Amino acid sequence: MPAAIEVNDLVKVFKKGPRAVDGIDLRVEEGEIYGFLGPNGAGKSTTVHVLTTLIPPTSGRAKVAGYDVADHGADVREHIGAALQEAALDPYLTGREHMRLQTALQGLARDERRVRGDELLDRVGLIDAADRKVGGYSGGMKRRLDLALALVHRPRILFLDEPTTGLDPQSRSALWDEVERLASGEGVTVFLTTQYLEEADRLADRVGIIDDGKIVAEGTPSALKAEIGEPSVEAVAADPDDRERLAGVLARFGDDGDCPQGTPDAVAVRLAGGESNLADVVRALDSEGVAVEYLQLHAPSLDDVFLAKTGRSLEGEGEAAEPAPQPA
Amino acid sequence: MNASFAVQVGALARRSVFRTIRQPAQVVPSLIFPLILISINSAGLQKVTEIPGFPTDSFLTFALAIPFIQAGIFSVANGGSDLARDIETGFLDRLALTPMSGVSLVTGQLAGVLALGIFQGAIYLLVGLAMGAHFEAGLAGVPVLLALALCVSFAFGCIGIFAALRLGTGEAVQGLFPVLFVFLFLSSMNLPRNLIEQDWFQTIATYNPVSYLIEGIRSLFITGFDGEALALGFGFSIIIGLAFLAASVASLRTRLTRT
Repeated sequence: MPAAIEVNDLVKVFKKGPRAVDGIDLRVEEGEIYGFLGPNGAGKSTTVHVLTTLIPPTSGRAKVAGYDVADHGADVREHIGAALQEAALDPYLTGREHMRLQTALQGLARDERRVRGDELLDRVGLIDAADRKVGGYSGGMKRRLDLALALVHRPRILFLDEPTTGLDPQSRSALWDEVERLASGEGVTVFLTTQYLEEADRLADRVGIIDDGKIVAEGTPSALKAEIGEPSVEAVAADPDDRERLAGVLARFGDDGDCPQGTPDAVAVRLAGGESNLADVVRALDSEGVAVEYLQLHAPSLDDVFLAKTGRSLEGEGEAAEPAPQPA
Repeated sequence: MNASFAVQVGALARRSVFRTIRQPAQVVPSLIFPLILISINSAGLQKVTEIPGFPTDSFLTFALAIPFIQAGIFSVANGGSDLARDIETGFLDRLALTPMSGVSLVTGQLAGVLALGIFQGAIYLLVGLAMGAHFEAGLAGVPVLLALALCVSFAFGCIGIFAALRLGTGEAVQGLFPVLFVFLFLSSMNLPRNLIEQDWFQTIATYNPVSYLIEGIRSLFITGFDGEALALGFGFSIIIGLAFLAASVASLRTRLTRT
């Protein structure tokens, strides 16, 4: 069965600009949710722009819905929907007028336009706000309208570029539910870029981690986390003068090679014996008389994966979205 | 399941008209500013009509063509800025992901400017008549005047769209505003070309197509149906519009790098 998206050695270099995408390979199966995770400027949006035919690749091959993005752009566009960064909406039009424009441009029959538009507005919870100008919508409402617009022509493949950036937790959760429903209920393939670990962890069947234009890791979230190995324990001494003694005790249970620390005062080690070591750690601290004010067991996260692969933490990279690619 | 060209243009035109009429900041200044200027000029320059050979004894009647061109210049800024905003916000990318053709986009984008052009033309005529201007072409001349106003808006609107596609930002498009006013000032705006005494000015006014747009409109007010003036007015406005329309479609291909 052909893949929904198949990318081989894809490169995108902008004039006088960076090598934004640097030879990536990936394959997304039909009906899969693929999470493309990375920090700002990693190349996520540029990849989406190439795969949605908005900009041509510099080299390499990419097929979407079985069509080459460089040679059969119109065929690709017929099968995809896309909600790009910064929901691009007209503040002077209402939600319903946006649907009317999109349904007309996508070639829906006249009598189907209103029905399809209202159906989608209802599905994303905007039917009551359908006749309000979009300029007065909240960020979450704009994102939901953006998603509805992308679904007008019933695409097989949906590209979502950082769909929840800047949204409040409630709006984020509502959007996640809709994306899950699309994939599981309608079999839509979803290519989702995000810089949120939680989003990739919750939604994606598989995750590709991109950094500096290269994919540094790929797999299911659980497999990637399993690669990292055992959980870590992080502790802060009650008396700052005891930090060295605390580090000495924890060192008996593992090493601190790639463990993230919440604060500079904290000491963290990866537990060589797994989470069952935690009780031993507590007993050892007690027997050595080291009082702690904070002790936490951390299961490996996708951030640990990112840290292990790039030497940097993805968390705290900032909320700002990756800049949209400039024309070649 | 591709939309026909007519459906695409219709959908984009509808959006363009809605967007225009919902921005009072676009409609009101472009309507009021030329009327204020003509009120001041017609009061202050009435003496000019005493120059031998001046074609009318009412400077208001002579000058009423000017607001039509000023409105056209506003349409460069308005239509161009709207498209530039679409480029900056990514709305153009949204449109690029549909089967929309470049010609549909450019044509549809003009609809708001054209609708505004006709509305402004009707208002200028009504206000001018209320202020005492003479309209020699009479009732039969009204649709001709509005058609010419439409062509003038088409010409300037296409310039605005071309500028937006080349420059890509609203600020840059707005920067064209004073440049186009120079074309207006260097035309037969305030005097018939045969009465301009400075040779260099007369030469520039003769080669300046804006003179022919003004003179086409002016002829309906002063002489009625002047075939040559109308032909030149319609001809220049349509040629300018089509030239910039073609350039805009070509620029759109560069701007839309979709494969």
